[in-house]
Amino acid sequence: MSREEDTIVRYTASERINHWIVAIAFFAAGLSGLALFHPSLFFLANLFGGGPWTRIIHPWAGVVMVIAFFLMARWMWADNYLTAEDWQWLKQIWDVVGNKEERLPPAGRYNAGQKMLFWTLVASLVLLLVSGAMIWYGYFALYFPLWARQLAAAVHAFAAFVLVLAIIVHIYASIWVKGSIRAMVRGKVTPAWARQHHPEWYREIMEGKA
Amino acid sequence: MALQSLDIVARSATTLPPPQIRHTEEVAKLIDISKCIGCKACQAACMEWNDLRDEVGINFGSYQNPADLTPASWTLMRFYEVEPDGELEWLIRKDGCMHCAEPGCLEACPSPGAIIKYSNGIVDFVEENCIGCGYCVTGCPFNIPRISKKDNKAYKCTLCSDRVAVGLEPACVKACPTQALVFGTKQAMLEHAAERVAELKERGFKNAGVYDPPGVGGTHVIYVLQHADKPELYELPKDPKISPLVRLWKGITKPLALAAFGLSIVIGFLHYVSVGPNEVKEEKKDTDSNPPA
Ligand code: HEM
Ligand code: SF4
Repeated sequence: MSREEDTIVRYTASERINHWIVAIAFFAAGLSGLALFHPSLFFLANLFGGGPWTRIIHPWAGVVMVIAFFLMARWMWADNYLTAEDWQWLKQIWDVVGNKEERLPPAGRYNAGQKMLFWTLVASLVLLLVSGAMIWYGYFALYFPLWARQLAAAVHAFAAFVLVLAIIVHIYASIWVKGSIRAMVRGKVTPAWARQHHPEWYREIMEGKA
Repeated sequence: MALQSLDIVARSATTLPPPQIRHTEEVAKLIDISKCIGCKACQAACMEWNDLRDEVGINFGSYQNPADLTPASWTLMRFYEVEPDGELEWLIRKDGCMHCAEPGCLEACPSPGAIIKYSNGIVDFVEENCIGCGYCVTGCPFNIPRISKKDNKAYKCTLCSDRVAVGLEPACVKACPTQALVFGTKQAMLEHAAERVAELKERGFKNAGVYDPPGVGGTHVIYVLQHADKPELYELPKDPKISPLVRLWKGITKPLALAAFGLSIVIGFLHYVSVGPNEVKEEKKDTDSNPPA
């Protein structure tokens, strides 16, 4: 094999497990939510054992996703602060999608796109949690006035839309940038991968800082 | 509680036309508040016909009992002591589903066929199809549906769809001793209501009028009110309509959102087969670059 060895740890086992709990909970919450989102997707309720089970499972899956996400986000938080170079990176979005990475300002542990995704997830999950609780008739909904529940229903659907779209982009990015899925499944990346996609992060590792 | 399925003009969460080969005349129940003596015969008849026994509650200082509509109390006499013109008036309103021509509950319900509307105007819940999400409660401008804690199903007045289907009037109407409740075609009820309003005006109720709110396309339960200018006196919304928030939530935004999902996946696919994956370019052995041990 001419391939370099996977030698750089990108995610520890607990980080990986945490990520996949978030992913599974996302699919459970997302597919059960989409079943109620539009009649054309109601068939998805069959995945959960019918309409009532879908209604029962959905909010709990959502709660699991939110808790697991914020456990994971804690580790990643500081790595996702936006810097001046990130704005330059975003301006060169056509170089990004055109695979012309060498023209971009060097990314740290996360590039500007990943950071935008991160903050989008933070915002949409907070909105989903709050609005979801407000329309959870089993527990909290009747503590809120009707107009607040109506607003929450609209906000919940909107935040779910944003979240699902963000995750579609996220999944595509992991398929597009080879080696990413391996990083989240096996935890390690090659030095060449790190150099190419996250040069600043690579430099910090080499200097023993990260 | 659907008995027949040939004259359904609207069905929740359904994109194709429901079976509707048969068309029936639009019906309405007229509640003439000026004639009601608050005897609650209608409330008892509703329990009787539908075979419902609500839990015995506690007296909270009013004749109103139970305190609110519940999954097992589909109609309720509400008592109001008000002084609209400086003089005490005791207003008694029979509350229950209004059977809107444009029902907010049906609009909001995500479960196919859990809420249906018959061509005669009756809006009915089909509990077998109900998933208990409560969207109908969020969608209703009149605060009518109640979700049972026992079975997580939504319940409300059926306008005795089972009786009406076989040519009978609703049980409450049958029981009313003063004919404050009348039932017939919507047209006949509007005519009758207009006569009653004229009579009331003659007797000095200058603001008497009919409550058949156009914001929800009219209703199939209509009121004659002594103070039609102030429906709030009876805790009735002034201009009920499906909330713009509910319209936003359930409207054109949903198909647009689905289109955006589809489009994003198509763009991803096209990107992959045109620009292609982003692979590591320098795949050479480079032991120097391993991190310090
Ligand atoms: C954070 C905790 C969450 C709670 C408490 C929650 C709660 C709810 C509730 C109560 C409903 C109404 C239907 C039902 O009872 O199932 C609902 C609908 C929905 N939820 Fe959530 N949810 C949460 C998270 C999520 C997440 C993470 C997603 C997306 C992945 C999501 C997507 C949806 C969608 C698409 C709907 C249907 C909206 C509509 O019909 O317009 N929810 N949610
Ligand atoms: S509670 Fe039942 S009837 Fe009400 S919106 Fe949900 S599924 Fe429809």
